[in-house]
Amino acid sequence: MSRGAATYTRYELLRTLRSTRFFLFSLVFPLLLFYLIAGGNRHQRVQGIPLPLYFMTGMAAWGSMMAVVSTGARISGERQTGWNRQLRITPLSVSAYFRAKVLTGYLMALLSIALLYTAGLTLGVHLSPAKWLTMTALILVGLVPFNVLGILLGHLLSTDAIGPAMGGIVSLFALLGGVWGPLGDKGFLHDVSQSLPSYWLVQAGRSALGGDLWPGRGWLVVGLWTAVLFRLAARAYRRDTQRQM
Amino acid sequence: MGFTAGIELENLSKSYGPVQAVRGVDVSIAAGEIVALLGPNGAGKSTTIDMLLGLTRPDRGSVSVFGLEPAAAIDRGLVGAMLQSGALIRDLTVRELVTMMAALYPSPFTVDEVLTLAGCTPIADRRTQKLSGGQTQRVRFAVAAVSNPELLVLDEPTAAMDVEARHGFWVSMRAFAARGKTVLFATHYLEEADAYADRIVLMAAGRIVADGPATEIKARVGGRIIRATLPGVAPAELLALPGVTGAESRGEAVVLTCADSDAALRALLSAYPAARDLEVKGAGLEQAFLELTAPTTEVDGL
Repeated sequence: MSRGAATYTRYELLRTLRSTRFFLFSLVFPLLLFYLIAGGNRHQRVQGIPLPLYFMTGMAAWGSMMAVVSTGARISGERQTGWNRQLRITPLSVSAYFRAKVLTGYLMALLSIALLYTAGLTLGVHLSPAKWLTMTALILVGLVPFNVLGILLGHLLSTDAIGPAMGGIVSLFALLGGVWGPLGDKGFLHDVSQSLPSYWLVQAGRSALGGDLWPGRGWLVVGLWTAVLFRLAARAYRRDTQRQM
Repeated sequence: MGFTAGIELENLSKSYGPVQAVRGVDVSIAAGEIVALLGPNGAGKSTTIDMLLGLTRPDRGSVSVFGLEPAAAIDRGLVGAMLQSGALIRDLTVRELVTMMAALYPSPFTVDEVLTLAGCTPIADRRTQKLSGGQTQRVRFAVAAVSNPELLVLDEPTAAMDVEARHGFWVSMRAFAARGKTVLFATHYLEEADAYADRIVLMAAGRIVADGPATEIKARVGGRIIRATLPGVAPAELLALPGVTGAESRGEAVVLTCADSDAALRALLSAYPAARDLEVKGAGLEQAFLELTAPTTEVDGL
């Protein structure tokens, strides 16, 4: 990354840290809910996983999904105010623009994850360093499709619409992915759940526990969602810039 | 830097569906000139500017900025622009925003320099979402000028500014231009074009209808218009009347553009007693544009 793009990204980061939306949805709410759910049930197990670990990954998944999807809100805002046109008359390239956006989303997600891990430690979550790392790596991979989803929504929706849309969509992914607890061990809902990338975000905790990575199905689901969303996002981006041409 | 080639727009045309926004615009601007692009709303000023900046691809014609394609000129930091509508991104202070943008260019002004130039020093530590309309425009000017560009393009920069803010803004523009820079600004205020440009390019309905020194254009569109029914008289004859700067025929009627309509009217009536249905109109800009661009005048234009 050039020095210019690095400085640009630094201010993008600063701006995101200052936004109330990020603070509430990616940091405060997940943390509060984690303590509410796991605080009184720290010795129970969910699907054989200690409850604090399950909900630590669940809430980290939720907060970090919100963090990366929020990229869309910034893109939508920049489209609405004409800032994207202002950027097009600077030497900042399109790829550098998106790199800055994705990098910002990921750093915010890491902040959210780190906060939840710390909370997890206070409730007795205990893992070896290797397992912490495996779990984090899996979460970061599982966030890829949500990053792309944010970019897609940012090019489709107005600033007014995107807040509720992001909240709704992420909540749905969270619910069906088992963030609030598993949706049974078999049956239709379980199948739906397993086809969502959010399910595999939550399962990062279970994988870490067993020391295994995701099964093939996990990689396939995350890969397919990424590919499809990427195609849609690229189309939305082209349509959006061509309308101005 | 000393650029010999300036800005060349050649036969630029752009349509949006059935609407021909710009129809064959030719403009050549020398390095160091301050040019106003004057015209009513919908004249095609913004579309022309968007093509100049490479934001819109022309259907036909070419753009050259200091001998380069627009994108290449932009990559070298030679062009700065304040687009017509636009707000600032939020959650940063004015100084942070300007620093962020300065980082993108090869040889920008220092942040303090451009804040001073744009008159933003007193508001440097305010968050961008807490600025008034006039303050926002000043910051947008700072963002446009931060690259220390050779060409500065301003698309209706003073729209939504009060009189005082407007004055302050033009002082900043002048200070910038005094460094030997080229400035092109779009406006629909004749007074602004007259006061701050060396040259006015007058646009209406997608075409350039006049191009010349500010004083000349001002006489042409700032005067009055006499309309009369007067069959069988050639416009060339009427052009000889005192106070008349332009004459056209529209069927049986003639339309005279006048720098001095009183003198012209007296002379017209004594020389051509047959003239009837007389009408004298103050040529507000809109009116003047319409007169200059009504369909019957296209014969000589094409």
